[in-house]
Amino acid sequence: MEAWNGFKGTKWQETIDVRDFIINNHISYEGDGSFLEGATERTKKLSHKLDGLFELEMRFGGVLDIDTQHVTSLLNYKPGYLDKENELIVGLQTDRPLRRGVNPFGGLNMTRKACQAYGYELSEKVEEEFLYRTTHNDGVFRVYNEEIRKARHAGIITGLPDAYGRGRIIGDYRRVALYGVDRLIEEKKKDKEALASNPCDAETIRRLEELYQQINFLGKLKDMALLYEIDISKPATDSKEAVQWLYFGYLGAIKEQNGAAMSLGRVSTFLDIYFERDIREGKYTESGIQEIIDDFVMKLRMARHLRTPEYNELFAGDPMWITESVGGMALDGSTLVSKTSFRILNTLYTLGPSAEPNLTVLWSKDLPKGFKDFCAKVSCDTHAIQYENDDLMRPIYGDDYGIACCVSAMRLGKDMQFFGARANLAKLLLMSLNGGKDERYDMQIGPEMPVYEDEYLDYDKVMERMSFYRDWLASTYVKAMNMIHYMHDKYAYEKTQMALHDTDVHRYMAFGVAGLSVLTDSLSAIKYAKVRTIRDENGLIKDFETIGEFPCYGNDDDRVDSIAVEQTELFLEALKKIPTYRNAEHTLSVLTITSNVMYGKKTGNTPDGRRAGEPFAPGANPMHGRDKNGALASLNSVSKLQYKTCKDGISNTFSIVPTALGHTWEERRDNLENILDGYFARGAHHLNVNVLDRQLLIDAMENPEKYPTLTIRVSGYAVLFNKLTTEQKKEVISRTFHEGI
Amino acid sequence: MCDKATDKKGRIHSVMSMGGVDGPGIRCVVFLQGCPMRCAYCHNPDTWANEAGELLSVDRIAEKVLRYRTYFGKEGGITVSGGEPLVQASFVAGLFERMHEEGVSTCLDTSGHGCSGEKLDDLLEKTDITLCDVKFTTDDDYKRYSNGSLATVMNFLEKASKARVRIWIRHVVVPGITENEDNIKRLIGIAERYKGVERIELLPFHKMCIPKYDALGIVFPLADVPECPPFVTEQLEEYIPAKYKLLKSKADV
Repeated sequence: MEAWNGFKGTKWQETIDVRDFIINNHISYEGDGSFLEGATERTKKLSHKLDGLFELEMRFGGVLDIDTQHVTSLLNYKPGYLDKENELIVGLQTDRPLRRGVNPFGGLNMTRKACQAYGYELSEKVEEEFLYRTTHNDGVFRVYNEEIRKARHAGIITGLPDAYGRGRIIGDYRRVALYGVDRLIEEKKKDKEALASNPCDAETIRRLEELYQQINFLGKLKDMALLYEIDISKPATDSKEAVQWLYFGYLGAIKEQNGAAMSLGRVSTFLDIYFERDIREGKYTESGIQEIIDDFVMKLRMARHLRTPEYNELFAGDPMWITESVGGMALDGSTLVSKTSFRILNTLYTLGPSAEPNLTVLWSKDLPKGFKDFCAKVSCDTHAIQYENDDLMRPIYGDDYGIACCVSAMRLGKDMQFFGARANLAKLLLMSLNGGKDERYDMQIGPEMPVYEDEYLDYDKVMERMSFYRDWLASTYVKAMNMIHYMHDKYAYEKTQMALHDTDVHRYMAFGVAGLSVLTDSLSAIKYAKVRTIRDENGLIKDFETIGEFPCYGNDDDRVDSIAVEQTELFLEALKKIPTYRNAEHTLSVLTITSNVMYGKKTGNTPDGRRAGEPFAPGANPMHGRDKNGALASLNSVSKLQYKTCKDGISNTFSIVPTALGHTWEERRDNLENILDGYFARGAHHLNVNVLDRQLLIDAMENPEKYPTLTIRVSGYAVLFNKLTTEQKKEVISRTFHEGI
Repeated sequence: MCDKATDKKGRIHSVMSMGGVDGPGIRCVVFLQGCPMRCAYCHNPDTWANEAGELLSVDRIAEKVLRYRTYFGKEGGITVSGGEPLVQASFVAGLFERMHEEGVSTCLDTSGHGCSGEKLDDLLEKTDITLCDVKFTTDDDYKRYSNGSLATVMNFLEKASKARVRIWIRHVVVPGITENEDNIKRLIGIAERYKGVERIELLPFHKMCIPKYDALGIVFPLADVPECPPFVTEQLEEYIPAKYKLLKSKADV
């Protein structure tokens, strides 16, 4: 086939196997970034136009425009362009740049509220359309029991995706480019036929219907491309087509779904194979290839979903988590770093810093020095990228996995996940002490038990109570997730994305915890200091007096760090006791996004001295200002959390002031590399890196107009600083910034 | 002035797990307690008292430092600072010996005062690099603003140089005291006398230490002296020959 001219290997030609294609054809690049080209005049013009639109969007209160007449899907809008004459890669979610579509499949009420928040009304046309339709949200609330509703209300479980798309599913968009849609349809048809011999049980029938939908939507994907006068039925033949085909796959997914994390996968080195073939044949220059990548990334930066203000409070800054995993090593020992790994990071210079796509470097001790240097420099210059430990993940997932959302690894096209929510561990402690009562609402949430009787808290007694309530919390959480994902499969199944998976997928059910450092320090206070309970008139424990010193998480002190490790293990064990929907594998993350602020708000005084309402630390971070022995001690503490327990990811956000990292940029770059090598050598999982001064953020808070593109890493993703709420900005500023000594 | 303790225990002020500007690479910095210098611009008055701090063994400190060895890479390691580490030279020598057994690079951050003779020779033998703070460039200034002397620091540099220790010279630029061309030229003159000097670093005087002085009830002698703006040190750096300079290019993209 002409499209595959010059490509090596046969297995990937016979079956759908993108990994085999990459392994046979990728060109490792061991050099530095000196080959890179800047933005062309064309790119600058387009980028300037786009920046103008972003500015306008900000001035409009965060949403430029909403199309309330059409329900978003693959074929419901006329083709849209940023600049039809000049753009190289085409395709928008709706008919105009930054205009948001409505997606009521997750929940109609959420869509209504989101429209209203920005001064729009959902059209009667859409209201009527959904009068006779069950949404995912309808389904879930038909089956939710009283216990789940109460847990949700009290905020001991928060962020359940029961009113919008669950997300965290990564279609293998590369398949569209490599095989063309016709071949994908053909394979899916074969899979469907093969199911005919299965016993005709509920699971088989469900899979048959899912395959029908997948095939149906692959057809729609082709039609969507035809609206732009592009035929993607056959494999892409060159660089531009490969990017365009792949992007259409992604575009179809985000037109169909408004999941809370629509990640891209691992596309750079795949695309590099097309780019290098064209450069070899003289079809494109370096500058021409960078233009294509720039154009593609501009499209990704334009992706939007319509959210409610409540959603934004949990996940600030309008994130899409268009996570692109870059770099890493192959199982054969070669590096998967290619020139295009550099080119995609280079967009942070050609187009300026940005939160999206969520560029995630898969770090290995064996990455080429030139690439390590380049990444560290990009971090120092833009604070827009994050790092995850390839040496830790590769043995589990192989060498063709991608990161969904922030920290969640999955084999591309082979794994999917049922994700949702976080359990508030600090609140679990308080609820255990108060016999199942919520400390804020004085409301019975969990099973009833007398309030903890003694004046002083005894570690063993507290642990015993916690184990009872932990089981209750875990069970409530698993049940809620089972209901949600049953209904999501039923009413809002990801047809386009699942069409870009193998038919037999491995399923994870990804649970999360928040407030780990608050719980850990509180238990440390109970164990190593004396904690006296303070009660209200009804005898409910509302406050604590902590007498004496106790070690805090974040100082590389095993006495307390071991508590954090134990608590994650106990929680996973409790979750595993309850079977999951579709036999998914239970996994756990320690990740909060920006919801640590909201979780804090919903949680009363804690024995560690944190006052009611104060934010938690994000993800697995130690509490702000309690890590007193310097940056490495703080990193060491977090690195003790076991990835095998928290396989869905352990997020750590690390801020260091430039002058503490080195005198010159070369020193800062080298020292940052040493930090990353050192942290990951200890088996740690993830690091968000910010190299900046607290003063800069304070200035940005007071003078937002001076910092239109200031991007910072929060918990697992990057965010445009100006898009955070005042509360969230304050919390980010209050975090530990490791300084010089 | 040398410490009398022959057992390998040291008075420790604190351990900071990470220093990025305390010698080459990433370094774990051990601050020792006790200093005889009383420099007018000292920013660590809490490390002066000889009897304070926690008495810890070489093994305890080594255990703490080695927890960070994965971060050290090719360049990094331990930096012992203070206080004045030379006051506890044999402890430091014991610690450095232990670090060398583990293959960890050793860096001594010192004023060059506090120890001489064989004990100093012994310590320098186990030292890979020294950050030597030449506090002043004239004997007069040494007398007026500290308890030290130019001769002592020069003796230290002489020995360090002979022991083939890499030397980074540091100097604080204080407005009205060391902030002048002649002073910097004298500093360069001193550096030129010793083989092994790789760098001269100028550090701007700042007053972030005032709360520490207040807490200790000590009067900060330079309270009325203004801080040194970074551009002033940058101007003075122009006198420094290129061979002693940090690479200070800006990122090019």
